[in-house]
Amino acid sequence: MIAVNQLIKRYGRHTAVEDVSFHCEPGTVTGFLGPNGAGKSTTMRMICGLTPPTSGHATVDGRPYRQLPNPGRTVGVLLDASAQHSGRTGREALAVAAATMGVDRRRVGEMLDRVGLDAVAARRRVRAYSLGMRQRLGLAHALLGNPRVLVLDEPANGLDPEGIFWMRGLLRDFADRGGTVLLSSHLLREVEAVADRLVVIGGGRIVAQGGKDELLAGDGTLVRARDRVALRGALDRAGLPVSEGTDGLLVRADTEAVGQAAAAAGVALTELRPAGGGGLEQLFLSLTAAADSATANTAQTRTNAEPTREALR
Amino acid sequence: MTTITAPEVAPVARPGERRPPLARLTAVELRKLVNTRAGRWLLITIGLVAALIVTIQLVYAPDSEQTFVNFFMPSLLPVGVLLPVLGILSITSEWSQRTALTTFALVPRRERVIVAKLAAVVLAALASVLASLALAAVGTLIADATGGAGTWRIEGSLILHAAVFQVANVLLGAGFGLLLLHTPLAIVAYLVLPIAWSMVGQLVRPLDGAAGWLDSTRTMDPLFTAEMTAAQWGRLGVSLLVWLVVPLLAGLLRTLRREVA
Repeated sequence: MIAVNQLIKRYGRHTAVEDVSFHCEPGTVTGFLGPNGAGKSTTMRMICGLTPPTSGHATVDGRPYRQLPNPGRTVGVLLDASAQHSGRTGREALAVAAATMGVDRRRVGEMLDRVGLDAVAARRRVRAYSLGMRQRLGLAHALLGNPRVLVLDEPANGLDPEGIFWMRGLLRDFADRGGTVLLSSHLLREVEAVADRLVVIGGGRIVAQGGKDELLAGDGTLVRARDRVALRGALDRAGLPVSEGTDGLLVRADTEAVGQAAAAAGVALTELRPAGGGGLEQLFLSLTAAADSATANTAQTRTNAEPTREALR
Repeated sequence: MTTITAPEVAPVARPGERRPPLARLTAVELRKLVNTRAGRWLLITIGLVAALIVTIQLVYAPDSEQTFVNFFMPSLLPVGVLLPVLGILSITSEWSQRTALTTFALVPRRERVIVAKLAAVVLAALASVLASLALAAVGTLIADATGGAGTWRIEGSLILHAAVFQVANVLLGAGFGLLLLHTPLAIVAYLVLPIAWSMVGQLVRPLDGAAGWLDSTRTMDPLFTAEMTAAQWGRLGVSLLVWLVVPLLAGLLRTLRREVA
């Protein structure tokens, strides 16, 4: 179980994550969706105690990550498949982790089998691994401590279609046996097939979250007013489910109900329209487009390895 | 593995959810020193250099000088140059290879990882002294058999001083690594700074006095003798405070606060 409460991360004047809250329950797979640079990785690093948040907090299994006595036995973490020493063999990388966690050495072999890395691959140095093999090794690393929770950042990157299918099965099985999974992706289709719940992030903010089926089915209405707070209040009073969009409020109700609610409260609207038949997909595309133009503007100042991920897309 | 868990906040305590003990973390860090090609070759090189020194002595030193002490002491200096590199690498490779991400995800109390790393490199330094002693013993046996002096007598204080010398060397490196968190930068800084110090100390007269307290190359010199005065220990202590303790503490703070990405 993962609980994220009002996490904020600022780097100087730039806000990477703004007031992000969500929960992941046991027995579910939560897809954490958003375009590149939306704040997915930063949020996940904050969950895992690797990045100190500016404010807010996150807990795993009821405790802040840093207070877990032996985190590897509770949470399996895969944040970057390339974060392995290139000079160690795959087997040795896992053996080091097993020794740290105090896990039986035999589990190393079992996990290598489980992720489909054979004896030859296990003896090779990580330097010689393809991205797909690194993802498999990273998944083996995450599963090594027999955890109840998995936090995986873009685990499907570099996997071939057969590999992606295999991973879905593995994650589904993990959740069905009571585990909690949080996995991120910048591709809606990639998580759609496995996630029960979706959390969509754009520009550092949560723009939509909820059960996959309702999110994907709901057409919804996009509504804007100069007085956003009053509009929000009016919609809340009318009992309509509202979520904050990037350029307005997204309401899961038809335009008529939304217009009525606004009129009843005397709020002047500047825009009222169906959010588009594609629902979530439309929302996601508009987010991606917005993020891409923002990325183009700030590409000069970005220093991380994001461009390689862009290229993979 | 013992599974007795103190009833803490956790409602269900599963086996293995205890904090990994420091001894285990130290064992892991020792393993990391040898399980990469770079680390393994560094250790092999250290051993080969010590062996080479003994061999040179056997071939070129006059018979009367082929004693245990004379085999042991000269091997300390070249090994002492390589040990700091081991100290630096053990810290900085986590960042250059980005393994810090996995290491600190498994042990989020970062200070425990650092303490384990320091313990591991100190053990490696002590092992290097044992290796030097063993090679000197081999040299002495050969000298004895081939007509050299083969004298075994050695002052106990010399061995103690050698241990202090090597431990200080490896920790000096670790301190630079921890402070700079960048392999080439730390190695260059470690090699260049003392040389710069010595040059400045000799060129600028007024600084000469200060260099006597701060130039660790000079303050460590007496460690090669059997007798060290309190004043010499004092100077050694002051120079190590500046070049070893301060970088270690500042580097520890930096590592604790740094964002791991």
